[in-house]
Amino acid sequence: MSNCFSGNEAVAYAMKQINPDVMGAFPITPSTEIPEYFAQYVANGEVNTEYVTVESEHSSMSVCIAAEAAGARSVCATSSCGLALMYEMLYVAASCRLPITLACVTRALSGPININNDHSDSMGARDTGWIQIYAENNQEAYDNFIMAMPIGETASVRLPVMTCMDGFITSHAVENIEFLDTEVVRKFVGEYNPENYLLKKENPLAVGPYDISAYYMEHKVLEAEAMKAAKARILEVADEFAKISGRHYGLFEEYRMEDAELAMVLIGSSAGTAKAAVDQLREQGVKAGLIKVRVFRPFPGEELAQALSKTKAVAVMDKSEGFSANGGPLFAETRSALYDLKQRPHLIDIVFGLGGRDLKTEDVENIFARLADIAATGETGPVYTHLGQRQRRK
Amino acid sequence: MIHAKDINEQTPLEDLTPGGEIYEAGTARDFNTGSWRTDTPIFHAEKCKHCMLCVPFCPDSAIPVKDGKRLEFDYLHCKGCGVCETACPFAAITMVTGGEPK
Repeated sequence: MSNCFSGNEAVAYAMKQINPDVMGAFPITPSTEIPEYFAQYVANGEVNTEYVTVESEHSSMSVCIAAEAAGARSVCATSSCGLALMYEMLYVAASCRLPITLACVTRALSGPININNDHSDSMGARDTGWIQIYAENNQEAYDNFIMAMPIGETASVRLPVMTCMDGFITSHAVENIEFLDTEVVRKFVGEYNPENYLLKKENPLAVGPYDISAYYMEHKVLEAEAMKAAKARILEVADEFAKISGRHYGLFEEYRMEDAELAMVLIGSSAGTAKAAVDQLREQGVKAGLIKVRVFRPFPGEELAQALSKTKAVAVMDKSEGFSANGGPLFAETRSALYDLKQRPHLIDIVFGLGGRDLKTEDVENIFARLADIAATGETGPVYTHLGQRQRRK
Repeated sequence: MIHAKDINEQTPLEDLTPGGEIYEAGTARDFNTGSWRTDTPIFHAEKCKHCMLCVPFCPDSAIPVKDGKRLEFDYLHCKGCGVCETACPFAAITMVTGGEPK
């Protein structure tokens, strides 16, 4: 089945096919359409989801936490300040080991207030204990959402999953995408059958009890181990998904990396632009390649280091400004991962695309020209820079 | 399935439950949380009229009742908050400093 859907509609449609037990619903641009489309499915009787409208995102996540603990499969969608308002509850969901699925439609955080895309919302939540999977386009947004539950609900993982797509660029652009049959989706995702849940009448259960310091660290290590275990499960689910869809996913996508000497690492929809630029550069004989990180949590450090081990110079593209004064979060992770390599490429960080600022193919070509220069001279120059802002020449 | 009474401060993390879930009810009775106390209520039985005002005020169900009469404090669970002293109209409860009933 092939259809023209926006990213939001594609995710709402995936939710409809899954028919979750509960949705905690609260609108915020640009994710609003997801609960909006889903409300129609509920009103039409096409799903039998309990659709809970609440007064804030803190509450929509709280609804999901309570429902999931009760034994109900719960979904949610949000963006930007909505995700920020959920912050406290994101930690509760993860530490209670409740595999909720959240569609995060990434958008800049206030302030200054801005509704357009960057990754400052999802990157702010990167250490909450949620698995994070990023989409480049509508197809991936749909596919990632369907893979989320089989990943998060596995006993060895039991962690919530955030599937991220770029606000407006992906969420509102209409693309021709392939849907799976609902029966195939339901069989793939299966029923949510946790071993213990609040409504299991055979034995009472307490969720989220107070943890004194004699226990807290042990539970945090268990959570960290679960995040490590998620990596193998993500790949396993991707393999199973390839069998029903013909579409293959890894922890990241390597684009023309076979013999690449110069590489770019980025996340999300900008990969489309970067791939076009890489193709043009390849035609000119430049050994350019691209790595699109799909899974940011758990971070595929060893695999990424291996994939970059033969390159000479790499630009890491951060679509969020972490204010560390030392580069963005993707750069921090990537540079840390590369430290264990005996021979490391030169690495630069470029913060770009904040608040909806466009990335053009010319920008990507200019960055590769800078990488070529670094590779030739061995001089990295400024490591951490911004791209696309109006600025007087120094 | 591990029971709360089998978990203690020596239990290795491999034996703990995900998220610290507890698979049974009423486990508070298994743990001496009265050790947190820094002030302690003393019950003066001779002044008590068994009006039962203190019982619902206790946030920790640490005042047992039997046959319409309140009994001695449950010091394994009393946190020493002192609400009962304020609630008592007959000065049958007084707080003393320290965790031990003296």
